[in-house]
Order: sequence, then structure tokens, then C-alpha cells
Amino acid sequence: MIVDSLKFFPAPFAPTTKGAVHSQARRNLSGRHLKIALLTSSGMYIKRSQASFDLEHEQTHPEWGDPTWRAIPSSATAAEIGVAHLHLNDEDLLADPEIALPMHLLGQLERERLVGGATADHLSVMGYQEAKLFEWRQTAAPELIAHLREQGASGLILAPA
Amino acid sequence: MPVLARWIEAAGIPTVVVTMMPEVAEDRRAPPTVGVEFPFGHAFGMPHDRAMQRRTLELALHVLAGASRFGTRVDLDTVWPVPPREAYRAWQPKVASPIVRKILEAQGTGPI
Repeated sequence: MIVDSLKFFPAPFAPTTKGAVHSQARRNLSGRHLKIALLTSSGMYIKRSQASFDLEHEQTHPEWGDPTWRAIPSSATAAEIGVAHLHLNDEDLLADPEIALPMHLLGQLERERLVGGATADHLSVMGYQEAKLFEWRQTAAPELIAHLREQGASGLILAPA
Repeated sequence: MPVLARWIEAAGIPTVVVTMMPEVAEDRRAPPTVGVEFPFGHAFGMPHDRAMQRRTLELALHVLAGASRFGTRVDLDTVWPVPPREAYRAWQPKVASPIVRKILEAQGTGPI
């Protein structure tokens, strides 16, 4: 199956892309040696202890998106997680955050010894950003990299929302 | 997100991007990519469908561990079990985002 990148994308805003190139990864290896971290761009945060991503400023500055990030403890439950993202319907994300940040499933794979480990925290950003990504480049990315190193991550799965 | 993945790869941490738009990720020269034909906001699958989520996560782990070169792309062989028109409507916010409102207003379409 070749994924149609525009199947669920609004036609008036569709980006221009080159033709698909499909290559097959080597599949005989596993992640048993890796300590995995997850990163979602769905704007998740911990309601009781973290500020929401700033949606008010985006309302008045439509080309701007909050460039900060949040560490989501791997033990967090759906009831503890909020979602701040003006470009998505958040109902499914709130009902089951695993659809964007499958940290409990990753914990299960760790217990089954299919991965070497999972980091104590996973990462959340709000994926709508100003076009040049200046704040992400200058601030968020170095902080995220430092946090991943502190956590001992040897692999990162990023999931754009 | 592909750009963020590239920066993190450059810092020495291997990455894989699970994306609904693998062609865009390739255009942005993303590190290894798993393509999923799922609605936005649902990178790993349907809510509460652990089997579907597990298939996606396991493929991402295989690609992360086994991708032999930059730019590897593997698409998940799973079809979204909801009619496309219904799924398209379901992922969108109830109120158009500020940038969409601005674009539509500039086009003369007006608020939606």
C-alpha cells in the first residue's frame, strides 16, 4: 500500500509535493537495544501542573504558534492530559491520548522485552509553527535534545498530529 | 516536524517520523519515515484500538532500528475503517483555525 498523503488534507490548502518514492527498510532488526522516547505535536500537556500551549496569542496572531514544549510523564493517564491545538478536533485525543502518544503501549512492549526501554518522560509540542521555525531552532530543539540526552534516549519516534 | 527530526538526528539521536503526509516528509528531507493513511491527530490509529496502534508502533520501531539509509520510507498497510468523507470531517476542529479564517477571508470566502 502506498499512502496517499493528501487523503485527509483540505484540498484548498494542499501542499505541492514531488512524486512518491517507496523504499523498504531492512526489517530483520528490532528495537530491543534501544531506549525509546516519543514526541507528539498534538499540543498535549498535563492539566494539573503545566500551562496550556498559548492559543490566545495565536487567535490574534494567526501566523504564530506557541514554540514551547512539555514533558509528559510516561505514567500520565488520559484524565490528566489536556490538548491545546486549534487545528484539530481534540475529542479522540482526549478520549485516548495513545492515538498520538502511545506511551502505555510502549511500556507494554518494554515489559514484553521488544524494546530495550522507554524514557520516563515523553515530549509534546504544538505542531502549528511560524514558517521559519526560528524559536524551535533557537530554543525548543536544543532543549528537547538536552532533555532526551538526560533521559538516556537512544531513539525517538516523532508523530506529527 | 520533519525538520525537527532532522535537527535531533544531527545531534546523534536516531529518529523515525510517523506521518500522514510521507511525501511532504520526503520533500523536507526527513529521516526515516513511516507513512500512515490516517486522519490528522491519529498517527497511531483509532481510539482504543490497541491492535491497530500496536501495528503502527511496531512498524515505527522496526524502521527506527533497521533503516539502512537516510530517507527510508515504509508505508503502513492499514486502511482507515471509516468512510473517507466522514473521517475527513471528524478530524477537523469545530471552529476554523485563525490562519484558515484569515486565508478564507483574504480569498473572499468569508468566515466558515
